[in-house]
Amino acid sequence: MFILITGLLLGGTYALIALGLNLQYGVARIMNLANGEMLVAGGFAAFWVYTAGQVNPIAALVIIAPLAFAVNWLLYRIMLVPLVRRAKNRGALEVDSILATFGLSFVFVGLMTWVFGGGYFNYRFLATPVDIFGSSYAQNRVVAFILAVLIGGALWLWLSYTRAGLKLRAVAVNPSSAPLVGIDVTATSALAFALGGAVTAAGGTLVSMFFTLDASVGVLFTMKALIIVIMGGVGDIRGTIVAAVLLGIAETAVARLIDPGLTLAAAYLLFLLVLLFRPQGLFGKAQG
Amino acid sequence: MTGKDWRNLSLSAALLALAALLPIYGSPYWLTMGTTIAMFAVLATSWALFSGPTHYISLATAAFFGVGTFVTGLWFQVLPFWALPLIAAGVGAVLAGLVGLVTLRLSGVYFVIFTLGLAEMVRQVVTWVQNQTGQRGMYVLTSLTEREIYWMLLGLGALVYLAGWLIGRSRLGFALRIIGNDETVAKHSGIDTARAKVALFMIPGAVAAAAGAMLAPRYIYIEPSTAFAPLLSFQVVIMALLGGTGRLWGPVAGVIPFTLLWEAITRQAPNQTLLLMGLAFLLIVYVLPGGFVGLYDRAKRRWGGHS
Repeated sequence: MFILITGLLLGGTYALIALGLNLQYGVARIMNLANGEMLVAGGFAAFWVYTAGQVNPIAALVIIAPLAFAVNWLLYRIMLVPLVRRAKNRGALEVDSILATFGLSFVFVGLMTWVFGGGYFNYRFLATPVDIFGSSYAQNRVVAFILAVLIGGALWLWLSYTRAGLKLRAVAVNPSSAPLVGIDVTATSALAFALGGAVTAAGGTLVSMFFTLDASVGVLFTMKALIIVIMGGVGDIRGTIVAAVLLGIAETAVARLIDPGLTLAAAYLLFLLVLLFRPQGLFGKAQG
Repeated sequence: MTGKDWRNLSLSAALLALAALLPIYGSPYWLTMGTTIAMFAVLATSWALFSGPTHYISLATAAFFGVGTFVTGLWFQVLPFWALPLIAAGVGAVLAGLVGLVTLRLSGVYFVIFTLGLAEMVRQVVTWVQNQTGQRGMYVLTSLTEREIYWMLLGLGALVYLAGWLIGRSRLGFALRIIGNDETVAKHSGIDTARAKVALFMIPGAVAAAAGAMLAPRYIYIEPSTAFAPLLSFQVVIMALLGGTGRLWGPVAGVIPFTLLWEAITRQAPNQTLLLMGLAFLLIVYVLPGGFVGLYDRAKRRWGGHS
């Protein structure tokens, strides 16, 4: 029971991060390998405002998320649109975007190490225990989970019931047909990319409440988010959430029962099973 | 073989001889640099053998390399040293074959992601096994000098070139060029694309592991966090792409300037190496998509006239 709930709490935050990546890859067709660095940047920003100005990280989200939105929008407009334009097919775009976002991720890590130094960052926020079903859990984890659910839920409602959300889903299904019904694919992709970045940075702020970050830890989160997106299926919100919770529980179980140093190995085991048996994602349909 | 082949062969032999004599005319500093360059030349060239024609970006180099160093670390006291790179190559090839079987049936993204975390995953497993058995890092104390390591790497490099040249002339090489251009066409003309890719991926796996086995004595002390450092994979990718994967000599043209630059930056401002790495990636994507080879080919087309 303890493992299940801890895993669920962790999985909620993972789901939010993976949703961000899924928007970027599923709609904007950019495999963003700098995603984890955006998360760390969100966490560092929260750390900075908390220690410098005693600003509550939850309140800081109001600034961090729009800022991340703006940064990612500019990144897409300036750096990624030229790649989308020159790509002859989806494969070429994938190779280019992978290399470009690798470059970005190293630049981010380099800049963050430069500004913040190579040390570890954490702060104490809501580090009091709460009781659920007889076991106690850190309050910050519970709060992070609730916020992740709220943000993720709002995102889902927006995607499902608004006109803008419908546009995003149309581009996700088929970017070459979307212009036929009057959708500006570039603008919609930029919106999706920026939104994905904002969601990821918000996830980073939540993670920083209970997790010690350093400038180079981003790639680990990128890796986990990628595994979740592939496991859940690209563009599939329900699958992403289920996969994130599965990963959270699997990691917690391995860390508790075998060794805390093996969490990535646990993620890889899940990844391997998905690749072998369901490469189209948990709920995806097999393609011909 | 045509006259051009003979010319290229004798040119390569002359360059190899010049490189092999470095310990005699070069200072110890240049021997150290030469060893590093030889290591990256071997890794980047073998990387390009697979990733060049197929466009699959492999980030598994560090995993294979680390496995190779551990082969030496575990058995250098019981086996003669010449056997270790061979064993490492075998282990590396098997590991690459397994990774290939799982991922190469699917599209390139899965492959990149899987190899991205592979070194870290192997590191976690090795660390865990060491904790279980109560081992820590290992000392690799041999009588090998840097000069001998350098010569071994040059020999491995010559083998990689020979393999690349032979593959280029073989049915497998032809099949891979078709796969790289259009995988659907390749399938329709009866090529077993997955098998060809897996077979080819085993080469960089074996070579990187053998290089790791040869270089283990240079590190003296081996522990998982240094042996499987993921940075190595990225360095190899950058160097190969900077040089260009279109020709066999391309990666080396990227390795030499990048290694020298990397060393200079590491000495001057060690914290800025990651920034340099990022900028180099962006440079390749936006300014030099074909690497130096692409630049050379364009220049040749403009001014060279024939061929």
